[in-house]
Formats: sequence, C-alpha cells, structure tokens
Amino acid sequence: MRTVNPHRPGRRRYDWGAYLYLVPAFAFYLVFLLRPVLESVWISLFEWNGITASTWVGTQNLVDVLTSTEIWRAVGHSLVFIVFYAVIPTVLALVFIGVISRFRVRGLAFFRAALFVPYILSTVVVAIAWRWIFAEGGPLNAVLRGVGLGGFARAWLGDFDTALPSVGVIGTWVMFGLAFVLFVSGLQSIPGDLFEAARIDGAGPVREFFAVTLPGLRGEIQVALVLMITAALRNFDIVWNTTSGGPGTSTTVPSYYIYREAFVTHHVGRASAIAVMLTVIIFVAVGLTMRLTRDPEAGDR
Amino acid sequence: MNGRRSEQLLGYGLLTLGTLIALYPFASIAMLALTPGDQRTGGLGIPKTITFDNFVIAWTRGGFGQALWSSLIVAIAVVVGASLVSLLAAYAFQTMRFPGRGALLAILLVGLIMPYEGLIIPLYYLLDGMGLLNTYWALILPQIATSVSLGVLWMRQAFASVPHSLAEAASIDGASRWATLWRIFVPVSGPAIATLGTLLFLYTWNEFLMALVLVPQNPAVQTAPLALSFFAGSTRNFDPTVTAAAAVTVALPILVVYVIFQRRFITGITAGAVKE
Repeated sequence: MRTVNPHRPGRRRYDWGAYLYLVPAFAFYLVFLLRPVLESVWISLFEWNGITASTWVGTQNLVDVLTSTEIWRAVGHSLVFIVFYAVIPTVLALVFIGVISRFRVRGLAFFRAALFVPYILSTVVVAIAWRWIFAEGGPLNAVLRGVGLGGFARAWLGDFDTALPSVGVIGTWVMFGLAFVLFVSGLQSIPGDLFEAARIDGAGPVREFFAVTLPGLRGEIQVALVLMITAALRNFDIVWNTTSGGPGTSTTVPSYYIYREAFVTHHVGRASAIAVMLTVIIFVAVGLTMRLTRDPEAGDR
Repeated sequence: MNGRRSEQLLGYGLLTLGTLIALYPFASIAMLALTPGDQRTGGLGIPKTITFDNFVIAWTRGGFGQALWSSLIVAIAVVVGASLVSLLAAYAFQTMRFPGRGALLAILLVGLIMPYEGLIIPLYYLLDGMGLLNTYWALILPQIATSVSLGVLWMRQAFASVPHSLAEAASIDGASRWATLWRIFVPVSGPAIATLGTLLFLYTWNEFLMALVLVPQNPAVQTAPLALSFFAGSTRNFDPTVTAAAAVTVALPILVVYVIFQRRFITGITAGAVKE
C-alpha cells in the first residue's frame, strides 16, 4: 500500500487519453452498427426501389406494415416460435436439471458437451439435416410406418398443418442444449448446504426443486430466455433454409419479409419499416423478459 | 435407498435419451452421405455399402474448398480485429476516468440485443457505396462492429480481475499505460481472451444472413454456410445424398474444433451470457 494507484487518479482528474483507446472500437460500432440502425428508420420514411430516386412518404410504410394482415400473420408465427424456441426448451431443461440435481452425475461433462452440439452447428447444416428427417422418405416417416402409424406419414415441412410446428421442433432441438448448459452452470453455483438444509427439513424432490433449484437458477433462466426469445423472433436462417416461408404463407416470419422486400422485390422502404418494427418488438420482448424474471429481492430499479 | 436408485435411473435415462436426440440428426445425414446415390435407404436405412463418391461430387461441384477457406479468413480476421479493438476499449473503461463513460457503456449494450435485420439494409447500401460488396471486407468490417459489444464487456470483466498490485508494480517500474496493457493486463487475461476468440469464431463462422445479403454474387468469397445453402437449394429435389455430403463437409471442421475446445466453448457461452 505504498502509493496511490496511478490508474485511479484523484477524483477531479480526468484521463483524456482514454478516448484514444476507445476510438477504434467505437469507430466500427458507429459506422457499421449504430448509424445503419438509425438509417433504417430514415429509409422507412421513403418509397424506394434501391436504385432510382426515392419518394418521401412519411409514416405511410409503417402504417401499411402495421395494418398488413400478412405481416401480423408472420408476427403470429414468431409468437408460436417463442413457445418452441424458448418455453419448451426451458421447461425441458428444468426437468432435466430437477432430476440430475438429486445426485452426483458421472460423465456430466460428456453429456453436457453432447447436448450442446445442436447449438454449435451452422443453422444451414441443421436445416439440411432436419429437411431429411422430415422428408417424405425420411427417418421420421420410416419410424411411423415401422410402428404402424403410417397413416400419419407425410412431408412434414411441406404440409400446411405441420410445417409451422415442424420448424418449431427444430428450434426446440437447437435451443435445448443452450438452456441445459446454462442451467448446469447455474446449478453448480448453488451452495451445496442449501440442498442439504432442504433435505434435512424433509423436502421431497418437488419441494426442493421449487424452494432451492428454481430460485437459484433465476439469473440463468433470465439469460436463456433473452437469448432464446431473440432467436425465436429473428429466426431467419432456419425458415429460409427449410420452408422459405411456405407452403403458402404458413411459416413466414418478419425477417423473411425484410429480406424478400429489400433484396428480391425491391421495396426497400417497406422492408425498412418491417425491420424497424421487428427491432422494436425484440427490444420490448427483451425488456419484458428482464422485468418478469428480475430478482424480486433486488427491489425496484 | 430405493428412491435414490430410481432417481439415478431416471436421470441417466433422460441424459442418454437427450444425447441420442441431440446427435441423431447429424448422424443421420452422415449415414445418408455415405449411401451410394442409386441405393434407396428406406428412410432409417443404414447403408448396405459405403461410398465416398458423394463427398467427391459435393466437393467439386459445390466449391467447398474455397468456401471453407473463405470462412476461415473471415472468422480469423473478425476474431483478431474485434479482440484487438475490444481490449483497447475495455482497458480504458476499466482503468481510466473520463466524461461520458457510463453513457458510452450503455450505448454498447444496444449491440448485445440488436438484431442484424435492423441494420442489414443500410449496411448493404453503405458497403455498396464503398465498393466493398462481394468482398471479404463486406463480411469482416460489419462483424467486427457487431462483436464489439460482447468483446468490450467481456474484456472489461477480465481486466477487473487483474490484481491491482500487478498494475501498481508495473507503474512503479516506470512502465507507460500502453506498456502496462500489453505487459500485464493482456498476458494475465490470456485465458479470457482465448475464450472470447473461440466464441467470436463460432458466431462468425456460422453467420448466414450477413453472407447472404453482402456477398451473394461472388463465389470466391462466399462462406461455407452460404455456399451450402446455395448448393442445397439447387440440388434440393434430386440429390439428397450429395446434399447430405455437402452438409457434413461444412459441419466437420467446426465439430472437430468443438471436440478439441468444447470446454472453452461451453464456459464461454455460460460465462459470457451470465455476465451480461
């Protein structure tokens, strides 16, 4: 404790040199992230085909988008995807955690690594693998026929009734590993004496889960939900590479329209309006998730 | 005692079932890829004879050698670039006092949630204007920007755990701030930097939307997921075995890296996420 820490100078003194260290990061951030985000809002105020001069239309694009049944249908699909991408994986992973928290699992590192594989694969690879599984002559139908349920066999991703939940199942498969890995790391940080205390009090597995495990995982559940809900609301890659929104419009999502309107049909203003809408939806969803899962003892912020 | 046994049975049963489901889809396309194209698999079918022809066809027709190379170049450039600018900024945030510090940190948080869809359209026209569409730069520059938020917050956390005594000792020895960063902070944070690098590598390697929008017309710079998507789209109806071989080819490098570094991947995802 000899001298003052030179990196913590006196209260009044500022380190103007700090900005030199910040410039590179913020230059990238400003030019390639913040500015484009704001520009999206600006472009949404024009009618523009991306090539010739644009026409100012004010909030017309946004109004059109907000009153379009096509777009709301896509948003509805996204909400269904939240169930498959976020709710089901969370519940399933919690069931797994509830069971394995009762004893010392041997080979947990192996199981954890294996269950996480779906999350690290490229979404395009995932889409191709599941296209095969769901195909008319693919493994799923082979199993159904094998057990005498051949009547249910179909091209799962090509059927109006099953395409949406089938894409959803792919999401569940991808996200389960993420939830599981996060919850395992949360479980390992819950102090062991909490479990012992619950057991001494005679709590059964269910009581113990709700009294110790679930509250102990609050932070991890919050993070998992934020990541998974964001993925569900975006969900471009898997939709694009499995169904491309079809059959008909049965699996469309907002990001699908953003890409199509901007780069295929060249309604750039309208595409930007959808992009702005999706961004707002995602920020609201994240805010709500954080609020609903915040620490009750941390008080109001 | 009996209750404990059944709990263990249930636990291992669930984990085993989960593992089989997690690994099956990749295993099934791997089997499909090894099946001769004229042999019908009947769905589940384990191939009666094995062939590597599908891989040869996919490799030559799909140009996956070039695509994997492009993925590697882009991912390494983004990892190096983003780590570098992030650790510089994190050093300032963690060790210096300056006006606007809190506001700048808050602005960085936006990038953690921001969906790419919200910036991809202006990004396209920006890069078009710079003449960089369909080049590696179109993938590298924006992805450094989108990695900065995670990078800075991550490195700030790592630098926070560097012992004060070390930094003090360096400054007593007359080391400049710049030298202290490179001689003390960076070496001590080696593992954290490596984990960040692994994480960014994975995200960049797998990024699809940016590649689809920003390098659609130049096969020479298209990354593996994009090349795979185009390849699968054009052969969708008539060559499932070749498509499967292409998918396995694209997945294998990342799987190998994952098997080697899986601990780093997993601690990265969990720590990175929770530290938000």
